[in-house]
Amino acid sequence: MLPVLGGVAALVLALLAAVLLGAAELGWQRVLAEIAAQLTGGHSPLSEREAAILWELRVPRAVLGALVGSALAVSGAAFQGVFRNPLADPYLLGSAGGAGLAVTAVLVLVPQAAGTTGLAQAAAFAGALGGVGLTWLLGRSAGGDAATLVLAGVAVGAFLTAGQTFLQQLRLEDLQQVYLWIMGRLSPTGWREVLLVLPLLVVSAVVLCACGRLLDVLGVGDEEAAALGVHPGRARAVVLVAASLATAAAVSVAGLIGFVGLVVPHLVRLAAGGGNRVVLPLSLLFGGAFLVLADVLARVVLAPAELPIGVVTAFTGAPFFAFLLHRRRRA
Amino acid sequence: MSGLEVRGLGAGYRGRPVLDGVSAQVRPGGWLGVIGPNGAGKSTLLKAVAGLLAHRGEVLVDGTELRGLPRRERARLLAYAPQNPQLPLGLSVTDYVLLGRTPHLRPLGREGRADLEVVEGLLERLDLAGLAGRALPTLSGGERQRAVLGRALAQRAGVLLLDEPTTGLDVGHAQALLELVDELRAELGTTVVSTLHDLTAAGQYAEELVLLHDGGVAARGPAEEVLTQPVLSRHYDARVQVWPAPDGSRVVAPARG
Repeated sequence: MLPVLGGVAALVLALLAAVLLGAAELGWQRVLAEIAAQLTGGHSPLSEREAAILWELRVPRAVLGALVGSALAVSGAAFQGVFRNPLADPYLLGSAGGAGLAVTAVLVLVPQAAGTTGLAQAAAFAGALGGVGLTWLLGRSAGGDAATLVLAGVAVGAFLTAGQTFLQQLRLEDLQQVYLWIMGRLSPTGWREVLLVLPLLVVSAVVLCACGRLLDVLGVGDEEAAALGVHPGRARAVVLVAASLATAAAVSVAGLIGFVGLVVPHLVRLAAGGGNRVVLPLSLLFGGAFLVLADVLARVVLAPAELPIGVVTAFTGAPFFAFLLHRRRRA
Repeated sequence: MSGLEVRGLGAGYRGRPVLDGVSAQVRPGGWLGVIGPNGAGKSTLLKAVAGLLAHRGEVLVDGTELRGLPRRERARLLAYAPQNPQLPLGLSVTDYVLLGRTPHLRPLGREGRADLEVVEGLLERLDLAGLAGRALPTLSGGERQRAVLGRALAQRAGVLLLDEPTTGLDVGHAQALLELVDELRAELGTTVVSTLHDLTAAGQYAEELVLLHDGGVAARGPAEEVLTQPVLSRHYDARVQVWPAPDGSRVVAPARG
């Protein structure tokens, strides 16, 4: 119970920091007064333009960061559980390669449509699911066990990424746009993105958290899980579909943000210990908090310019991860 | 109290037949020892009985044929502990033993008070209560085998299938584990089927032995009929010597020259 409260507190504090800090100087007291005014129906201290910056830019961006971070972290935890592999991350089964290829194809082949974010988002979503689907088909035809699926994911990912690189070379002038997308970013156009991914992420997160104990059972291996009355193939399919949908939704609105899905579950496991039914909900909370804070850093460090958020997640996550690994080794 | 009967069982891997026409029977609360040379199909027999391998023939628990039974129901009748259990990441001993309650829970359900009581009782009985919160990888070999046994016992199944439960244990720990299984068998009335490499121990603990060779039953009966120099020499292709020990059991040892 204590770690869950910690996770909720971390997420609330991160969201608060994201709302209070930004390129436009709104003043933290005035932002707090504005929030209080909205809650109690009192008089707003902000001008119309300032209120728009707060409610149409900062708040949706913070909420989107929480959703994307939660989705990536809980999916990463689920993938690590399903594959019994500490190096697993949400992009393991070809979703990154598929989304990368699809987005590049849109940017390169239909440049006049690239300005409409909707097309690129739809392409990323479909590409991510397509990549996982290909991996699933290939893995199934070769046996369908967890290790085979991982190998199939490596093959599909490499193939799709090669296709993406080929398309990029056709139109080098679009390279920067593709590159920015691959680095990942949180710059929603108001609440649209939040509403787009919210239903899918909520459903996936609920399914994944409900499967925590099932993942622990799968942890004893397929044969023993079967001896305990579980169908390992079916259980894996449910978890992989939910995690892949969450990942695809996150990728469609935020690009390929690395490291969150790999590191956050490990941080949670090292700090709180326990099996998947503890790690999954905690990853949800701390993943959201982590990405929101990373986005605050990305906006503040070089303000008014922005760092790619993927740089921040790797820059902050990697040393902390190394520290925890080191501590665990000494313990 | 559940008896187990196997009739005309055949099983194999990807078209490679391993067992054919194996029949065996254990009385409720009895202990059947499965012995035989490497590759004779001892583990295959246990897996087929546990329902983990496609097989021909019949497996009956208390006279009920198991074919077509949903996995969960089968897991309430038969518990299986493999030779080399995989240990899941991050689980404590209690969490791990609780996994044995899976067939008694609703598909995505959680354990209740009663499940926890079953497990706490088992940990006490298996002398693991002091290690309840410890992570699995930190256990010694003997403690780990007891945890695996605990998980199988938590299923509260009438039949316990143990594949080489003493793998990797020294003579003292192996003896302690087999004594424990024997005591629990008497207390709970559990029927035990185990494969054992150690023929002397097999003769000491099992009421009856089945010797598998070339995919079929080569010999069966009480230890004094199966653990004989001619039978063992022929089926293990080894030079062995068998002596009666002062405690009435039979000691099997390799012979030189």
